[in-house]
Amino acid sequence: MNSMSEPLADRVAVEFKLDGRTVTGYADETLIETADRLGVEIPRLCHMPGLRPDGNCRACVVEIKGERVLAPSCCRNPQPGMEVQSASERARASQKMVLELLLSDMPETHYTRNSELDRWAAALEVGKPRFAATALRREQPAPDLSHHAIAVNLDACIQCTRCLRACREEQVNDVIGYAFRGEHSKIVFDFDDPMGQSTCVACGECVQACPTGALMPARDAALAVPDKTVDSVCPYCGVGCQLTYNIKDNEILYVQGRDGPSNHGRLCVKGRYGFDYVHHKHRLTKPLIRRAGIPKTAGFTIDPDHVHELFREATWEEALDLAAGGLRKIRDTAGPKALAGFGSAKGSNEEAYLFQKLVRTGFRSNNVDHCTRLCHASSVAALLEGIGSGAVSNQVNDVAHSEVIVVIGSNPVVNHPVAATWIKNAVKKGASLVLIDPRRSELARHATHYLQFKADTDVALLNAMMHTIVHEGLVNEDFIASRTIGYEELKKNVDGYSPEAMAPVCGIPAATIRTVARLYATSKASIILWGMGISQHVHGTDNARCLIALAMMTGQVGRPGTGLHPLRGQNNVQGASDSGLIPMMYPDYKRVDNAEAQARFEKLWGTKLDPQPGLTVVEVMNAAIAGKVRGMYVMGENPALSDPDLNHAREALASLDWLVVQDIFLTETAYLADVVLPASAFPEKTGSFTNTDRMVQLGRRALDMPGDARQDLWIIQEMARRLGLDWKYAGADSGVAEVFDEMRHAMASIGGHHLGAAGAGKFGDLSLRTRRRSRPAGRVHRSLPDADRAREVRPRRHHPRQRTAGRRLSDGADHRAATGTLAYRRDDAAVQRARRDRTRARGLAASARPGADGRRARRGDHGRVAPGPHHAVCPCRRRHAGRRGVHPVLLLRSGGEPADQSGARSLRQDSGVQVLRGAHHRRRRTGRGDEFRWGAVARGRLIPPAKTPGKT
Amino acid sequence: MSAATFTPMTPPFAPGAYGPDAQIMKDIDGLNWRLADYLKRGGYDGLKKILAENVPPEKIIAEMKTSALRGRGGAGFPAGLKWSFMPKGYTGQKYLVCNSDEGEPGTFKDRDILRYNPHSVIEGMAIAAYAMGITVGYNYIHGEIWDTYERFEEALDEARAAGYLGDRIQGSDFSFQLHAFHGYGAYICGEETALLESMEGKKGQPRFKPPFPASFGLYGKPTTINNTETFAAVPWIINHGGEAYLRLGKPNNGGTKIFSVSGDVERPGNYEVNMGTPFAKLLEMAGGMRGGRKLKGCIPGGSSMPVVPGDIMMECDMDYDSIAKAGSMLGSGAVIIMDDTRCMVKSLLRLAYFYYEESCGQCTPCREGTGWLYRVINRIEHGEGRNEDLDLLNSLADNIQGRTICALGDAAAMPVRAFIKHYRDEFQHHIDHKRCLVPVYV
Repeated sequence: MNSMSEPLADRVAVEFKLDGRTVTGYADETLIETADRLGVEIPRLCHMPGLRPDGNCRACVVEIKGERVLAPSCCRNPQPGMEVQSASERARASQKMVLELLLSDMPETHYTRNSELDRWAAALEVGKPRFAATALRREQPAPDLSHHAIAVNLDACIQCTRCLRACREEQVNDVIGYAFRGEHSKIVFDFDDPMGQSTCVACGECVQACPTGALMPARDAALAVPDKTVDSVCPYCGVGCQLTYNIKDNEILYVQGRDGPSNHGRLCVKGRYGFDYVHHKHRLTKPLIRRAGIPKTAGFTIDPDHVHELFREATWEEALDLAAGGLRKIRDTAGPKALAGFGSAKGSNEEAYLFQKLVRTGFRSNNVDHCTRLCHASSVAALLEGIGSGAVSNQVNDVAHSEVIVVIGSNPVVNHPVAATWIKNAVKKGASLVLIDPRRSELARHATHYLQFKADTDVALLNAMMHTIVHEGLVNEDFIASRTIGYEELKKNVDGYSPEAMAPVCGIPAATIRTVARLYATSKASIILWGMGISQHVHGTDNARCLIALAMMTGQVGRPGTGLHPLRGQNNVQGASDSGLIPMMYPDYKRVDNAEAQARFEKLWGTKLDPQPGLTVVEVMNAAIAGKVRGMYVMGENPALSDPDLNHAREALASLDWLVVQDIFLTETAYLADVVLPASAFPEKTGSFTNTDRMVQLGRRALDMPGDARQDLWIIQEMARRLGLDWKYAGADSGVAEVFDEMRHAMASIGGHHLGAAGAGKFGDLSLRTRRRSRPAGRVHRSLPDADRAREVRPRRHHPRQRTAGRRLSDGADHRAATGTLAYRRDDAAVQRARRDRTRARGLAASARPGADGRRARRGDHGRVAPGPHHAVCPCRRRHAGRRGVHPVLLLRSGGEPADQSGARSLRQDSGVQVLRGAHHRRRRTGRGDEFRWGAVARGRLIPPAKTPGKT
Repeated sequence: MSAATFTPMTPPFAPGAYGPDAQIMKDIDGLNWRLADYLKRGGYDGLKKILAENVPPEKIIAEMKTSALRGRGGAGFPAGLKWSFMPKGYTGQKYLVCNSDEGEPGTFKDRDILRYNPHSVIEGMAIAAYAMGITVGYNYIHGEIWDTYERFEEALDEARAAGYLGDRIQGSDFSFQLHAFHGYGAYICGEETALLESMEGKKGQPRFKPPFPASFGLYGKPTTINNTETFAAVPWIINHGGEAYLRLGKPNNGGTKIFSVSGDVERPGNYEVNMGTPFAKLLEMAGGMRGGRKLKGCIPGGSSMPVVPGDIMMECDMDYDSIAKAGSMLGSGAVIIMDDTRCMVKSLLRLAYFYYEESCGQCTPCREGTGWLYRVINRIEHGEGRNEDLDLLNSLADNIQGRTICALGDAAAMPVRAFIKHYRDEFQHHIDHKRCLVPVYV
């Protein structure tokens, strides 16, 4: 936490004496921190970096000249002229006495190999405690082994309350307490319940904090001596926590949090304990080929134990030849557009890049997409349109500097647990939290205002907030004047949305809407975080536009603690999109229909490219049913489980002539495949991953693959070879470093980064670093928020399309759930409209297309809900249909507008960052030159593509 | 110490039951606690006077400083000085807290004040609030004296009804809301920051200091905390002047002090005497040693203070400075008298048990140390002591005292050191002969 606030704090140096020598400390650090910095060892038990100093163990007491009593060095700041003795006779006697007292009650059994108490006792030569009269020992609680992941052995507890602070103050889960008094003091879970029956969410932060092994991974997992530890990154959500794998005999023993920029050592239950899938018996270990005559149908029940009834095992050579041959045949007979590929947001950047390159150069179409289509594509569209960058403006833990935090349509406590901890920490420190969500989540407990508005009325609610801001004069005139254009249009638009008028629509009292709007607009720093609740809508783009407009009109962007943050779902959904795993854009969001971009990539890849945007995830499925797409290559995605309309998706997949699936388990999609290629799990490969903060981090290979499984990157290359591509990526881990190197030449945004083999080809030593200066292995910071360097903002012209897309909600259904069989009904007229929309939209920028439009339109016919009246459509849309349900948007212009160069110049001077200019027209904006804004580090460091024309 | 022989005074008391010097407890007969009686004794005159004359708050604090009234809760910190620590010109909420969490073994004076003269505390707090510009106060009353809490609530009702508390007191601009709050009997909650935690609804655990309550007190707001007896002394000072109060006692030890005399005396009870009164005189007021036995030792300031051998004590005056010179502290003024039938090992065991039971468990030296103090003394008492035990106890006590978050560690350690220092032969006898010295000696 400290390291986060450092850049903002001016540190005051303090000179004082430590153990006789004059040293320099800082007024805002504690004596123990100064000592640590200077290599002076002071014993400590209750002190842990990142946790609030509590001063309860008293092992760190030091003698300060002129003071009657000894002072705990973890709770005292240096004062000028202070004379501190950390190892004087008096201080040492006291430190040793503390250790001796604590040792007296320690059990014979050891629960950890790394007891800090033992370590300090040895360092101070405490020896056998004089109190160790077994008969006189205090009574100790019985072991509590009720939890699956965590063993509680309180006989080893020294009551340092590190676990309590980790639970209550760091993770803010409020489960652990310190109950009873004196000698009977005890760490308890809830009301002294067994841990397994408590409300513990098993984030394991307490385990990581425990110095004596009283809390440890269950089944003595941490007692085994690991063969090796591997620093990597978490494979789950977009937060991108850094972690360390402890490996023995090619198995993960346990996982520890590492001090990464997004997690600072924290992890959640997923990252810490969710690794056993890697060793699961159902992992695919051999290439599988579908047995002849086994039909493909949408209706099936998966049975992983009887795989062999459907598939036979094959050699890699046979499987790859067959897999690629099938695709090649379709390409050569039915044309490139009869093929499509789905990549994965859980794969690395390199895999995403290579996969889309395979589709674009091997399949020769742009029919490549992944699950971003179903999550934040609408946010990206709005962001690209509004501020010119399809990503967050600043990192999640910037909330530490916010006064007001707005969380809308997101349940970070569950979906981004570590991100949620930063929010909860900020709230505990006094920030106001506004939670806006129809569904009450755990975060509501911490919220200053919780707005449980009616589902699907986001636009009404947000417009009402904007109305308040406009009409109460809370807008940031300066910001609007200097950085935005066309505010008047927006102002006019919100006129009809007074809180009083919108209150019945969204179910929030007008007074509350006004209060929240004022709070957001007038605070020194307000930030907005949102999730799928905003984006997974027919009008998801509009929802995001509203949020962007809110930030723009109030100028709540560009300063610490302000900004816009769509919380990305998968660990690499940001990176996969950045790497071009989307049908309408090349890497770095260069539009495929932009001649300049096309020429550039044709040169780089040495082949002709299709200038037409490809089909999206949703469209591919429709095209498959329509017989237009005949063959697919799916890497690491499972549309047969995760697409919104399962029956539809399965029918589409089943109708394909040829389906190749590359995965680690026999997924529902793989069930419908002709060839299944056993691939690598996250810890079995090396690659870079881009988190929601848009930090590029390195996942390192920690395990060998089971059986005959192969790294995804290798499989893609083998497939490419068989599709006639002459690729050569040499080096360790399937040539990942060379792939990244090629990406650097393709993508200005990462031009300054380098994925090099620091250890001369040694696995696991790959590091990401910038070209300017080395950074600690495995992490690259985006230096500062993008939108902070706000371009000029101007309102977008009125959106030309109405997108009512036939989405129907039945009463009470949770429209935010992404499973397709929920509650959607057919409405023929709506389907027709949607189709019309789609057709029309195809001619327009796909990025600006509503992320969910067609998808939702189709699913009705398989819905399980009984038909209901047509007016089940959301009240918001009915009401606003006359206004076409959309919203003029304030845009952060990406340059090119000659109107106001002075503003841009001053901005450049302010931020020290180059402001980019280009056409403001959407297409040109998104397709503008090489100037993708992805951190100042990379800016201006673009490597000329001419230098290395690619590996083709 | 010997509860069986103790006969509590029952109202009505004889005139002068608290001694001829009594000021706070002057003319108290145990029944005249109501507002009407208090007014008859000149009660609320001080408050009325400062409100009527609009006395500047600084003048009251100056008067308090002159009086040399030292905190009666145990630490003896000058009250006027403490009041002057409150931040000036602070516009936010400030709090005044009365610490009536009287839990120190041997101390029972605040209970009498609250029972028999509650309005003196209310008036004292109102004056203090006026002097420090505080509008809200609480009286934290020990959880084991429920009847006292109820009586105080009644007194508060009377005061509110008569306009001595509440909004615009006595028609002035001064408003002060005073509430009673009862604890649940934890000794640690008598520690001022643990008391604040307890009042905030948290577990009673002392806070790390600094910051001190004057800057970060109740709910994080500037707070002044004084003992019940301290507040009860305030009206007299306002009525008679700080100078007069000082003259009652000795320089730097102003006024009168209520001593709770217990143990082996004929008439245990509370006696209010001028500061500096010889111990011998106090002992005489309490009827002298029971059965005319010899004074073996005395703990002059409550159980957490060092014991003083009888002969030294007999030469000592009862004021902060004199007792400090005798090697102990005046503390809360609980005078525990032990005659020559008392086994000092057993006495110390009883004290050690108390601190072992009452440690809050927050910091290591106290949580673990008090347990080992108790267990090792217990071992000696029961004839299982080892030769090295006395040094072990001393070393342990040395490393508890001054190493803990609050003073409870000191309170546990000081008696151990003093008992072993003054009565080492008795302890040694226990270790060597595995039985008590006292029966042999008597």
